[in-house]
Amino acid sequence: MKHTLLMALGIVSVAAVLFTNATDNIELEYYGVGDYAEDFNLKNVDGKMVSLKDYSDAKGFIVVFTCNTCPYAKMYEKRIMDLDQKYSSKGYPVIAIMPNDENKVPGDSFDEMKKRSDEKNYSFPYLKDETQDVAKAFGATKTPHVFVLNNVDDKYKVEFIGAIDDNPKSASSVSTKYVEDAVDALLDGKKVPKTTANAVGCSIKWSES
Amino acid sequence: MRIWTVSIALLISTQLMAQEIPAVKFDGIEDLISEKSDKVKVINFWATWCKPCIQELPEFEKLNSDNQDVEVYLVSMDFVEDMEKVERFVAARKLKSKVILLDDISYDSFMSKIDKSWSGSIPATLIVDGRSGKKAFYEKQFLEGELSTVLNNFMN
Repeated sequence: MKHTLLMALGIVSVAAVLFTNATDNIELEYYGVGDYAEDFNLKNVDGKMVSLKDYSDAKGFIVVFTCNTCPYAKMYEKRIMDLDQKYSSKGYPVIAIMPNDENKVPGDSFDEMKKRSDEKNYSFPYLKDETQDVAKAFGATKTPHVFVLNNVDDKYKVEFIGAIDDNPKSASSVSTKYVEDAVDALLDGKKVPKTTANAVGCSIKWSES
Repeated sequence: MRIWTVSIALLISTQLMAQEIPAVKFDGIEDLISEKSDKVKVINFWATWCKPCIQELPEFEKLNSDNQDVEVYLVSMDFVEDMEKVERFVAARKLKSKVILLDDISYDSFMSKIDKSWSGSIPATLIVDGRSGKKAFYEKQFLEGELSTVLNNFMN
């Protein structure tokens, strides 16, 4: 039974890939580059609800699925903070979303998120995706997982999906800054040079249901 | 008496001879994938920091010991700087499957060569038929019993 399901899923995903190449009208289960992201309404560590539409002046967003506990998220924490420092004033603020089920990862509970955000003085919202619906809609699979969105007439076009840069070990040894290159291109009104970039991350801990 | 000496010697030598973990670049993994063999190669991507990876390791160990037609490779994505940690982990868990450390952070270039669908999360597992080259890829954690079912379906 499970096998049949997997096979069916396999065929669907192969079909999805084939059809996306053929036409842009097929609705995918989650966003690809060029799709428009739905707005969300998630609770920030300060207790307030946050939506993309609250940022009426934003030219776009750097949405980062991240968490307290994943070693890769930790390695990139400072770089995520730097992205907000650099791009928030230019119209592309960072929105961090924590997608893990806190029953599986107690270190990612709302209280722990609040602690981390206070300790490090995050300049950006750190939102809890309690139902995990936002992560699912985006097709986020891991932390950290970045989606650069561009505001096109108050619709949010996905312009980049993937990693922040090409060297998790050392920020000073990075040769390609994928996210910065994408946002810089958008700021210049140019095409994003590289729209996807793979990297290792911790799988999102989905709740069992 | 003699048997005792031999078995004690064996015991000590196996303790001393905890498996050597080679550190390879991605081409080492590419060779492993493409090499002809009469076995089915199950290549699992894991890391010592990855909890779901560690949870599923016993499934791979069981497969490696139970199924003579299968060779399991546990490819650690830990950084090479953490080799000692990996060695300690492998020794403590007495892992019998072959462990390899992938010392290569050019993720964007190599991940799509493993499978185009791989978004980069681990655990992830590639199954390769060493004879036909047939492949299957799973970006997920295998729950108890699931891996053997997947493998049976793959082989039949």
